[in-house]
Amino acid sequence: MATTRTRVSSFSHNVSSLKSSQHPGLKNGPNGTTFVSSGISDLDKILGGGFSLGSLVMIMEDAEAPHHMLLLRNFMSQGLLHRQPLLYASPSKDPRAFLGTLPSPGSSKDDTSHKPSHEKDLRIAWQYKKYFGEPQLNINTNNGGHHDYCNDLDLRKPLERHFFTSNNVDCVSIQNSPNLDALKDRCAEFLAQFSRNEGSISSAGRIAIQSFCSPQCKYSDMEWHMLSFIRSLKGMARSSNVVVVVTFPPSLLSPSCSKRLQHMADTLLSVRAIPDEDKELAKLLTGYQDMVGLLNVHKVARLNTQVPVILDATTFSIKLQKRRFLVFECLNQAPVDGSGGSSYGNSGVCSTSTKAGPLDF
Amino acid sequence: MEHQGLNLMDQALGFHSNVTQQPWPLCGRFVLVEDCVDTSGAFVLHHILKHSFTSRPSSAVIFLAFAHPINHYDRVLRKLGCNLSSQRDNGRFFFLDMLMLQCPVEGKPKHDGLATVFEKIERAISELHPENKKFVTVVIDDISCLEVAANGSSNDVLDFLHYCYTLTSENGYALVALNHQDIYSDGERPAFMLEIEYLADILVKVDPLATGLAKDVHGQVMVLNKETQKQQGISSIKVQNFHFKIKENNIEYFYAGTRT
Repeated sequence: MATTRTRVSSFSHNVSSLKSSQHPGLKNGPNGTTFVSSGISDLDKILGGGFSLGSLVMIMEDAEAPHHMLLLRNFMSQGLLHRQPLLYASPSKDPRAFLGTLPSPGSSKDDTSHKPSHEKDLRIAWQYKKYFGEPQLNINTNNGGHHDYCNDLDLRKPLERHFFTSNNVDCVSIQNSPNLDALKDRCAEFLAQFSRNEGSISSAGRIAIQSFCSPQCKYSDMEWHMLSFIRSLKGMARSSNVVVVVTFPPSLLSPSCSKRLQHMADTLLSVRAIPDEDKELAKLLTGYQDMVGLLNVHKVARLNTQVPVILDATTFSIKLQKRRFLVFECLNQAPVDGSGGSSYGNSGVCSTSTKAGPLDF
Repeated sequence: MEHQGLNLMDQALGFHSNVTQQPWPLCGRFVLVEDCVDTSGAFVLHHILKHSFTSRPSSAVIFLAFAHPINHYDRVLRKLGCNLSSQRDNGRFFFLDMLMLQCPVEGKPKHDGLATVFEKIERAISELHPENKKFVTVVIDDISCLEVAANGSSNDVLDFLHYCYTLTSENGYALVALNHQDIYSDGERPAFMLEIEYLADILVKVDPLATGLAKDVHGQVMVLNKETQKQQGISSIKVQNFHFKIKENNIEYFYAGTRT
């Protein structure tokens, strides 16, 4: 008994020392994969830990709203905070200027996320169940050094300059290049630094390509050229410790080309704007006023495994907490029968009276 | 009618036929697996791969990987109870890494494109131990990546598949390929898909459930087996539908509604 106990403890000690010797921005995942943070703690939770190293993440843009930029900015900023080298390509004339808009870690938003725990004794309506799951999840991530791994990034506070003036940021403009060969060479050069070899991972890199195949680029009508670029990028990334995030506008591509890109993606997300005054939707969803858009998770990377990741929900609302922090929440559909639902909701939240007031959703 | 150790997929693919009498039910046949973005059909390849290694002591697989590197397949198959590295050392598993294959666009003759890939397959087969040559399976994962590698020239891809088909059917080898059906569903180039489907002897269609994602049921399969009954000279088509759930070490197949 005693011997097994010491064995167990020494084993766990080894593991923890292994973890601590690792880079703070890395986290061990299942099946021999390693996660890096997406820069949004909610998205990390949804994906089961973050983006896997060696995976290709594709984000389908909404043609009418720049929500993909929110994801991209958090992703890039988190990498820079972890001193992970970054390669950023965009169709704008001066991609480096975009680095000035990256968010910086702000004061913690924990006060709100821990708030609902005191409601445990109450009978809570189904739509508030998500608050129960959350504190436990928080504890889990806190064990692995939650704040080292993923910062709460304040979108209104620009990142300090010294993070990106150093030479670990490479910016490429893809506006005027006639084809993707130059970008491919840059990516290959960047990826070569992180080629995977046996043993521990010392550092990780990030590649962010914004609005790939947007019409400003001269190659935007060469679909096969773009597909083969993404395919070779994926092939190279697979053998290196890098996460590649590519955003693309699917509405500007032919449907078959867009489907091909979706098949190539290891993790596939899409963002959608919601119209400002959609009465129907506002009636259907609680907290509609705070939403800025919707996030869809179509596919979660399954490297080294055949088991698909089935999420509880695939659609999440994008909200800006205090107009600063990006959060994703499960959608709360209001019950169709309005009167019954409202009494439920009221008893759950304030537990004052069962008499329903006027609906607030 | 209880076949021990055989699941619905084995039966649908014809693995249940008298084991001692017939060599390998997929011999000389072309299995086409079709899937879509929501539900990957890669597990069918893993299933066939495992079956070919475990059911016969002397079989060989030539694997053309356009989608994943070898360590992915190695880990997946190891959990299914099949060690690809040792099979490779035994000369029964040939892995052709096509992840970075890119055919030259123009100018150069086409000879160094897919033709070289086919030559590689031929060379791999010729290098096989004669004992292992009896039950050879050629696996292509997947055709849509092959198209991208060929710069979208679907004629080249069709030619390549015809070559592979001829090679396998003449010698009694099996050909297994994965393709994504939703790429072609918008009617842009349906001829490509139809032509491959026409070639296929067994068509395995993997779809998500119509009612959406579920934790207990990962999707549905339709297996269309164009069985040729040689003695009567007529061909019949057997269709089987069932659901599946993918686990790390096993895939469960069951009829709709039989899982509580």
